[in-house]
Amino acid sequence: MKNKVLRTGISKLNALTMSDWTSNLHSLVFRDEDAGASKGDFPWGPFKAMVQKEISDHFRNWRFIILFAIISMACMGTLFATLADGMKAIVVDSSGNSFFFLNLFTKSNGTLPPFFGFVGFLGPLFGISLGFDAISSEQQRGTLSRIMAQPVPRDSILNAKFLAGIIVISVMFFTLSFLVLGSGLIAIGIPPTAEEFMRIMVYTVLSIVYVSFWLNLAILFSVRFKQSATSALLGIAVWLFCTIFYPLLANMIIKAYEPSKFASPKAIYFYEKLKFYLGQIMPNELFDGITSAILVPSVRSLGPLSMEQLQGAIPSSLPLGQSIMLVWPQFTGLLALTLLCFLLSYMVFMKREIRSRG
Amino acid sequence: MAEKSIDIKGLTKKYGEHIAVNNLNLTIEKGEIFGLLGPNGAGKSTTILMILGLTEVDSGSVNVCGIDSSRYPLEVKRKVGYLPEDVGFYNDYTGLQNLMYVARLNDIPQEEAKKAALEILQEVGLEDVKDSKVASYSRGMRQRLGLADVLIKNPEVIILDEPTLGLDPEGVKKFLQLIVRLSRKKGITVLFSSHHLHQIQQVCDRVGIFVKGKMLAEGKISSLAQQLFSKNAFTLEGGISTLTEDVEPPLPLKEMVQKMKAIPEVANVELGDNGFVVESNKDVSADLSRLVVKSGYGLNFLRKKEYGLDDIYYQYFQEDKNR
Repeated sequence: MKNKVLRTGISKLNALTMSDWTSNLHSLVFRDEDAGASKGDFPWGPFKAMVQKEISDHFRNWRFIILFAIISMACMGTLFATLADGMKAIVVDSSGNSFFFLNLFTKSNGTLPPFFGFVGFLGPLFGISLGFDAISSEQQRGTLSRIMAQPVPRDSILNAKFLAGIIVISVMFFTLSFLVLGSGLIAIGIPPTAEEFMRIMVYTVLSIVYVSFWLNLAILFSVRFKQSATSALLGIAVWLFCTIFYPLLANMIIKAYEPSKFASPKAIYFYEKLKFYLGQIMPNELFDGITSAILVPSVRSLGPLSMEQLQGAIPSSLPLGQSIMLVWPQFTGLLALTLLCFLLSYMVFMKREIRSRG
Repeated sequence: MAEKSIDIKGLTKKYGEHIAVNNLNLTIEKGEIFGLLGPNGAGKSTTILMILGLTEVDSGSVNVCGIDSSRYPLEVKRKVGYLPEDVGFYNDYTGLQNLMYVARLNDIPQEEAKKAALEILQEVGLEDVKDSKVASYSRGMRQRLGLADVLIKNPEVIILDEPTLGLDPEGVKKFLQLIVRLSRKKGITVLFSSHHLHQIQQVCDRVGIFVKGKMLAEGKISSLAQQLFSKNAFTLEGGISTLTEDVEPPLPLKEMVQKMKAIPEVANVELGDNGFVVESNKDVSADLSRLVVKSGYGLNFLRKKEYGLDDIYYQYFQEDKNR
């Protein structure tokens, strides 16, 4: 019964968010920019028009609707599976600490992967699907040269696509997080503590950064390749490489360096470091690190720790500030990768000669 | 009329070794309709892209309405409407929405834009379909929507790159008439590129012939024809037949040819199978037809030979070789 009520509530919420949130977000996002219009020379009006068009295109697009439905259904499924077991999955092994709400995001009863697993897995796909035909489809439809003939700076089109993508992703992730929070609230009956709430918000923001990396990568491919199919396949190939093949490769390399039982601590330390750094190159590993540190407060380090470092540590959870400090390098790395992709697409696009369809 | 809308000096563009546009000089005055005539791959589109500042200029300068388009492309784009070759629209949007979007990109206030859009749609004859999606538009309608799209920003100059490509003859005629009407009404300068001489002849005040990145000839159409075909500005082709029931015996052909040559301004007469070709400096078709009938022959047809682009290229290449 409760579930049914929840479900209808959720579907209503879904319908609401689609129309209202965008407009609300618009006013939120553009408030500062409108004020700046009088000061600077940059034509904000046209830029705003472009971003609005991109956002409404995304929301109307079947691709987005279907992916959103899949992701939200997967997340809801996990949530209900977790809650259905009488919250055993949540309460169990919460060693001394009572982060019920965080457990909603990280634990499951085993039938389905936890919420954060779904976000980490499907998020990249979502980012790629939003960006892979950003520029190439405009080129193929012959609209790019028409838009470029209007008095808008050339980079505006790229910035608008990127910003629109980020706004859409933000709307989606906040929706999902709040849905999980809300249904958790109804099911458990205990409101989340301020720290839990903040952790969830930080997690949401960081997952937006993660997905925007994939969005940017897809936009880069769409700038570089004229066929949308090429850029989509390449995006998915990179994603598969990162999630499946790279770990295999890394494992092979690590195996080769595996020290014997009686190796010196130095050799073992080197081995652990290697294992750590090989993982840290990939954006999905970076994001996994971020997720575990933010959502599991008891995580004290993402890399290897020596016995000396562990000595005297009190077995308790870290405050939020410390957790953020812990993931700061990972966060910076993700941001750097995102900016690198953006920079590359910028360079390719600004130098391009734009002809009609070709 | 002395005001220059487009002023191009020494414009050059290279793609690697290939020279697409070679030292081009061109001025187009305000309110003029200028036709850029040339075969595919002559560098017409490249020139247009450079005028708009959409591609880098290797050397030379382009000034549009007094603004350097390689340094201030945004200012130029504010004043120039450009209809690209094979223009595309957002298919899920209606014609009106497409126009409104472009209006917003030009920072035209919403209310004003709506009014202007409706007015322009009426002008190009798309008011009935303004609320249907562009996906359902025919080629001709798209092209007219493209023109509307160019006009919504109230430009001083419009540049049309092969606008008649893929239209049926009726569509071409209407489209050209529309361009002329709008240009004259609003005093817009038009640069029109095409590879069809006839279309250009119909509408343009001045024509430039552009082959392999070079401007071969430039001027008013009549003067251009004189420049090109100074010896024989008019060529008439006629078909003759002997009538079966002769009232009076026909004049021998040779004698008729002599008489034809005697018509003033006729330069040359050639006799072929059942016909003749007359080259002259003046239109002599009336005299010719009278002569043929008087001589006792039936005149099957008499037509002026029109010069196409082919003839012009041919003529020019001939001259190039002779030099």
